[in-house]
Amino acid sequence: MENKLIVSSSPHLKSDISTAGVMRDVIIALIPTLVAAVILFGFRALVVTATCVLFCIVFEYLFNRITKREQTVGDFSAIVTGILLAFNLPVTLPLWMCVIGSFVSIVIAKQLFGGLGQNFANPALVGRIVLMISFATQMSTWAVPFYYRQPEIVTSATPLAVIPQVMNGELPAQNLPGLPDLLLGTTGGCLGETCAVTLILGGIYLVARKVISPAAPLAFIGTVFVFTALMGAYPLHQILSGGLLLGAIFMATDYTTTPVTFWGKIIFGIGCGLITCLIRLFGSFAEGVSFSIILMNILTPYIDQWTRSKPFGGVKTA
Amino acid sequence: MTSLQLFHRRHMPGGANVPHFKNTTECATALLPTPSKVCIPMQQHIGAPCEPVVKVGETVKAGQLIGDSPSPVSAPIHASISGKVTAIDEILMPFGAKCTSVTITSDGENTVDETLQPPEIKDREDFLNAIRASGLVGLGGAGFPTSVKLNPKNIQEVNTLIINGAECEPFITSDYREFMENADDVIEGILLVQKFLEMKEVYIGIENNKPEAIKLMTKKLANYPEINVVTLKSRYPQGAEKVLIYEVSGKVVPEGKLPADVGVLVMNVASIGFLNRYCKTGIPLISKRLTIDGAAISHHKNIRVPIGTMISDVAEYCGGYSQPVKKILMGGPMMGTALYTDDFPILKQNNAILFLGEENLPKHNHQTACIRCGRCVRACPMSLMPLEVERAYKQNDISALQSLKVGICMECGSCEYSCPAKRPLVSTMRLSKQAVRTATPK
Repeated sequence: MENKLIVSSSPHLKSDISTAGVMRDVIIALIPTLVAAVILFGFRALVVTATCVLFCIVFEYLFNRITKREQTVGDFSAIVTGILLAFNLPVTLPLWMCVIGSFVSIVIAKQLFGGLGQNFANPALVGRIVLMISFATQMSTWAVPFYYRQPEIVTSATPLAVIPQVMNGELPAQNLPGLPDLLLGTTGGCLGETCAVTLILGGIYLVARKVISPAAPLAFIGTVFVFTALMGAYPLHQILSGGLLLGAIFMATDYTTTPVTFWGKIIFGIGCGLITCLIRLFGSFAEGVSFSIILMNILTPYIDQWTRSKPFGGVKTA
Repeated sequence: MTSLQLFHRRHMPGGANVPHFKNTTECATALLPTPSKVCIPMQQHIGAPCEPVVKVGETVKAGQLIGDSPSPVSAPIHASISGKVTAIDEILMPFGAKCTSVTITSDGENTVDETLQPPEIKDREDFLNAIRASGLVGLGGAGFPTSVKLNPKNIQEVNTLIINGAECEPFITSDYREFMENADDVIEGILLVQKFLEMKEVYIGIENNKPEAIKLMTKKLANYPEINVVTLKSRYPQGAEKVLIYEVSGKVVPEGKLPADVGVLVMNVASIGFLNRYCKTGIPLISKRLTIDGAAISHHKNIRVPIGTMISDVAEYCGGYSQPVKKILMGGPMMGTALYTDDFPILKQNNAILFLGEENLPKHNHQTACIRCGRCVRACPMSLMPLEVERAYKQNDISALQSLKVGICMECGSCEYSCPAKRPLVSTMRLSKQAVRTATPK
């Protein structure tokens, strides 16, 4: 034979799916929400997102260069992190803070732990939490939707800040945003978290493409709904406002930092839901989604241990 | 997925939706003209290798015994063509071991040994001796001596026979052709095993991508109420022994146990068909039906070839190579073995030779970090966790590997097929099993 044969271990057939392909699907699922953000919060939403994405890529590239590791920019995971980080920021945040957030996400939360697949917590959420603690004022300034059409920036409270006040009787119930507002996102909040319709659309796309399992998001959202319903805390408003949908669909389904098995995902989702409710209803922060996901991220190795699949025909060893 | 299991207890978890590529479905078996020489390795089965019983220069006839072993776990080897033994030397097997092999140069006559007689079978012992003498091994690919398989210690408790006609590997259609061309042999073979081994129930498992075979067998078996044709969903690896047993009978073969331990025997359809032909004619296992396919071969075919025929001769008969060959596989693309040369003989347990060209190779093959997506876990028909095994193996954590039950892995390749990061999971599973074996004192 004139040419050389490839000798390799079986299987010799592999599916067409790749890591970059999975990430590309996540990016596609995030695009409707990005479009909604630009419509709601103006061109600056795009600038903030572009800044986060650009610097996530730059930091990933530089880190690999400096530490002489294989270049991993091509797997698109830095782009996903960048978009998710931006979605968790107020549109008015100074751009240099976005750069800091990107640095924390990519270098500290992801690469220092060993890069893709090794980080214990969701990089975008770590970036958000660091920014929230460092720049509390800027991180809780919520421009009203379509503020860019007005002569000066008008800020508003987020629906989540209104709910407790209504429950206390400080404000009348008509101060709560209507359901159409919550679905379309015409309320105050982070630039990528307000529009429920596009987030759900993205989630359906990912489930249909079999990129994510609906187990964790449904357990998460379901737990929040049931818990707040029992507490009489406007369950529909709870699940449609704040970062719940963004977190449940795009961050409680992150492969690396959430459990692998079906029951693991269910436990993860319920845990996230409970912590979110506790923070929202009893904590000093109005929003608890980021903290709940990070806390459950930490528990993930243990959940994985508890929920290992049972091998077919496996015999218990003493 | 676990949730799915709750509702369909009978279905294997996981598996992979591999493409079928059954291009040769309608290719009736052609007969390869007698090759100028054959090279017959003395080990074509699991167990003790045979010793040659012929010498260089000796004249042999087709069907004549040329290798045998006194060991109980072995299968004798016969000359596949008539001619002269021109060499007895060593050949490098694809697994890296060397093996004695007998080269026979054809005399062009292809005379069959006239002393061969149909075996006289009166009882179970005669039957098992006849199977041993026929040289039959599991033709599904594993090559385990059939005489040993059909003689479990608890034969009284074994009363279910399952015929494996799933043929879940892509490309291969040789078992399908056995159904279509030799249906009567298959049925009579089943009746023989049923009679001598006292099987109460018989199931023939066929994947639903072979509707013609299902139709034909159902029609032919209308008068045999104890022989049931079971339609299986076509999902890889439906034909894996433990999976097939579960799908057909709902029985679970525990780890480290054999099908016989749950009262089941599984035989490949080609094996059972051959068994009947042997009992009728006395001609031992000297030829094999193969599917020849892959983008690099000019004509895809099903052909019957003498065992020991060189793959290069087979390729030439099929019109030669139409493009540079990238891989030559013995068996299917999921579990087959890649060969280092086409100058290698056909073995008893081969059911396909695939000549893969550029377009058959994986589109993405760049290895990236594991992202813990869990696709390998969902794909594993044995509900193992390949990603955890990989991690434990890297940490050389033998006790973790044991508790992950890596020994159950049958290396079907579903996990690696499904992996977006293109991790070499099957190799890791093999190495892990090896590590556990080495660490466990016997």
